[in-house]
Amino acid sequence: MKDLVKEFTKGIIKENPTFVLALGLCPTLAVSVSVINGIGMGAAATFVLLGSSVIISLVRNFIPGKIRIPCFIVIIATFVTITELCLKAYSPVLNRALGIYVPLIVVNCIVLGRAEAFACKNNLWRSFFDGLGMGVGFTLALILISAIREFLGSGQILGRTLIKGFEPVFVFGMPSGALLVIGLLLGFFNLLKNRRS
Amino acid sequence: MNIQEFLTIFISSVFIYNVILSRFLGLCPFVAISKNTKQALAMSAAVTVVITASCIVTWLIYRFLLLPFNLAYLRTLAFVLVIAALVQFIEMVIRKASPVLYRAFGIYLTLITTNCAVLGAAVLNIDMFFVDGKPVTGSFYYAVFQGVCMGLGYTLAMLLMSGIRERLELCNVPRALKDFPLAFIIASVLSLSFMGFSGFKF
Repeated sequence: MKDLVKEFTKGIIKENPTFVLALGLCPTLAVSVSVINGIGMGAAATFVLLGSSVIISLVRNFIPGKIRIPCFIVIIATFVTITELCLKAYSPVLNRALGIYVPLIVVNCIVLGRAEAFACKNNLWRSFFDGLGMGVGFTLALILISAIREFLGSGQILGRTLIKGFEPVFVFGMPSGALLVIGLLLGFFNLLKNRRS
Repeated sequence: MNIQEFLTIFISSVFIYNVILSRFLGLCPFVAISKNTKQALAMSAAVTVVITASCIVTWLIYRFLLLPFNLAYLRTLAFVLVIAALVQFIEMVIRKASPVLYRAFGIYLTLITTNCAVLGAAVLNIDMFFVDGKPVTGSFYYAVFQGVCMGLGYTLAMLLMSGIRERLELCNVPRALKDFPLAFIIASVLSLSFMGFSGFKF
């Protein structure tokens, strides 16, 4: 039990996919304009991570080593297609906001990275919690970045104005603002790491 | 199909919606391999070749295989597999045809399989040049041209970035900002200057 908790929590802080491993940055930067988009993208990626981790760990003994990557890609693409169809059916607004970045989850390094580094070597429950932890870590990182960008870029969080009379800095809603925020955040986490060691 | 349309595609995919600085596709090699100009050029040449080839193949597959059989929902799955196979195939052809070029491309060609720029270009083409499951006039030419232009945009961003980073090697930067964080901050400034192009309207 303690083991499983460790698998879950390591994805959130110690091996956070965005800030520590610097994986899957393309969707992180592109959709983090508002917190709602960030949560939507995080949820979609978590579902794909969870599903693909579980299936891959279940079939890991049947897949020949040489063709494992194409097999992983097929499994991941299946879950991405499910996500895409569900989003289109139940939340067309979010689907439009996320645009091409939903199908692009398929080439997200986090998903394939977990499949290759963890799910194909570990049993069902450990893979489940590993996938869940990584997904939650990714979602939290997205929420952090998008909260900063939404607050500075439009003066609101989740559509609510926080400080009256705050003059928004529009550039944070633009691509260059996203790059600046992620650069400074990565630098900040490096600083923390250097301090500790 | 007219010249103006091609010009619009060129300006918008090289400058306004630059594949790296505005669409954020293919960021990993952008920060990882942009430390020297030669490598950056090899990588972007490889990306341009693969994007162009994959735009041709994915358009044909979508138009003549997925649409007639009502399989449009299998788009993502089909494209990923086709691109993976295509990259392997291009690698084999280049190795046979020109060992020198193969050595210049090195491992970058294999890495491109998981580059989001390639899949992104294919998906964008389908979203832009198909209306209600039917190709617009000249759709194929637009798609291929947009692929080439996205490759050019990639090359442009890579060249600018590697030029800056080569000089930066000689500077004294804070330890926490070394490598990745600083690369993103530079990219942010580059992207800021590219925002100037978004005033262009046709």
